Amino acid sequence: MADFIQLLIAGLATGGIYALAAVGFTLLWQTSQTINFAQGEFVMLPAFFVLIGMNYFGQPFWLSVVIALVVTMVTLGAMFKKLIVDPMINHGVLPLVIATIGLAILMKEGVREFYGADAWPFPPLAEAINVNVLGAALSLQSLVILGVSIAAVLALQLFLNGTRTGRQMQATAQNPTVARLLGIPVERMILYTFLINAALVMLAALLITPIYLAKFSNGELLGLYAFIAAIIGGFNQMRGAIAGGLLLGVIDNFTAVYISTQYRLVVPLLFLIVIILFRPQGLFGRVEERTV
Amino acid sequence: MTPSQKKVLAAAVLVAAAVFLLVAPHLLRPYGIFILSTWVVMTIAAIGLNLTLGYAGQVSLAQAAFVGIGAYIAAYLTTRGWPFWSTYILAGSSCFVVGWALGYPALRVQHHYLAFVTLAFNTLVYLIFRNEEWLTRGIYGIMNIPRPEVLGWSMARPIPFYYFLLAHLVLISWATWGLIRSPWGRAFIAVRENPIRALSLGIDTRRYTLMAFALGAGLGGLSGALYAPLTQFVDPTPFALGLSLNLLLMVIVGGSGYFFGPFLGAVVAVLLPEWLRFAQGYYLMGYAALVMLLMAFCPTGLLGFVDRVLTSKPKTTSATPPLAGTPAAQKAAG
Repeated sequence: MADFIQLLIAGLATGGIYALAAVGFTLLWQTSQTINFAQGEFVMLPAFFVLIGMNYFGQPFWLSVVIALVVTMVTLGAMFKKLIVDPMINHGVLPLVIATIGLAILMKEGVREFYGADAWPFPPLAEAINVNVLGAALSLQSLVILGVSIAAVLALQLFLNGTRTGRQMQATAQNPTVARLLGIPVERMILYTFLINAALVMLAALLITPIYLAKFSNGELLGLYAFIAAIIGGFNQMRGAIAGGLLLGVIDNFTAVYISTQYRLVVPLLFLIVIILFRPQGLFGRVEERTV
Repeated sequence: MTPSQKKVLAAAVLVAAAVFLLVAPHLLRPYGIFILSTWVVMTIAAIGLNLTLGYAGQVSLAQAAFVGIGAYIAAYLTTRGWPFWSTYILAGSSCFVVGWALGYPALRVQHHYLAFVTLAFNTLVYLIFRNEEWLTRGIYGIMNIPRPEVLGWSMARPIPFYYFLLAHLVLISWATWGLIRSPWGRAFIAVRENPIRALSLGIDTRRYTLMAFALGAGLGGLSGALYAPLTQFVDPTPFALGLSLNLLLMVIVGGSGYFFGPFLGAVVAVLLPEWLRFAQGYYLMGYAALVMLLMAFCPTGLLGFVDRVLTSKPKTTSATPPLAGTPAAQKAAG
């Protein structure tokens, strides 16, 4: 039982990180039909921004994080939208998908070329100690990760439902044409979602990099998990992405321990295929109407 | 440029490319011949993907899995004494069947969902290659794969084997050319352009969608069956998702839906990195940038770009367009 709880918490913690990436992914899809194949690399890169701040400019960790956040929001938020999404969105979904595949290669190779192919240690947010809860030794790091990701998602929910800007963003996602008629600055709302996505990937990077170390190839698997989480939960629902992420983290951890480490990816992948074939709108999603 | 002038130009480029392909191995060292042979094999796989993606409009991120299945079938059986031709046919037909089965999801979902299903399939197949050691020898790979004999002639040396591969490429291109000009090819394009209209015109879109997947996969299998004797060593690494993405980029960069698109795309993805070795990591970054630029300004790929340059210019400036178009068009035909 203690093992079970330990695994569950560890699974929820990694799941929380997947959820952050998946929420950003669905936000971009909702407001601008962007399928970001580089989402995994979007989580990989901010960690290197922090490392550059610390190692090349000698800044303390917290200041590097603040600078990295700004840089991430400018590059992966605003510039990504202006330079890549905006020029291509008129060509349809597929060219943009291909372009983000290109972007993923560019980011990966860029980091390898300019920072190196090694795995770099990254300062953790919590000490590597265990806390005793009901007889189960839980890692403090897992608890912190879980707490931070829940807090982030709750804050985002509050923002989207409780503020005027948040509701304008929702309106933009649901029906941009009507939103524009109502006087909502649609373009700015779309920009906000890109900035929020940048902040989310930054947070995910801070949480996951201490565990996996900073490496140029980290994004490959992370991106895959973010898609799977988004699709399992439902592409068009934020709470779907959250549930999908948590579920995926738990499934992943239990598969690794109880079935096979070699085949740990198989269960999520089969789950993905089954969901797409039999419930393409996801477990929590709405059906999107098709147009001819 | 008038259509007839374009035809003359295309023919000239094709002849130049054919001459290059026939002469080149005698001027290259063994490593160069190996790279050129790799280009032939990858082009065959990309032709297959071009059928699925370019002509029938079905996104597939699983082509590497089919190349892998073909390669493993050939490797497993030829090292156990089977003759090459039987494994070649078996590789192609098995992949045809698996591809047909993978086509079923495409009947239910489209575009990015289909991309994810095929992506998942590719990763599953890769995991099987890596983990089922009794069958594939896992990460140790299968070694000493023999090269075939043709009418008593040994293909073991690089140059004969290169010509052997080239002959396959020519035959496969010829067959594909015939296919896309047949009613089948027209039906593929109809399914891509407007599936509902195609259906209302009496085209069995269901059958043609499955067929597009199966044929693309079958060609992937054939290219795998040629890959195994080329490298004479098969391990799981080359058949991971990376190759599928790479093949997809080859088709798109070359010009998806253009017959010579995959040829050109494979030049950019397989040959250029070798010629531009000094650039190393920067090459991939440049390639990625090229992909993004193409998607922004010319989603129809390099051949689409050449096409646009040649058609948009009036006849009076005929001196410039061929010059601008020729180097790219040459690669196209190569």
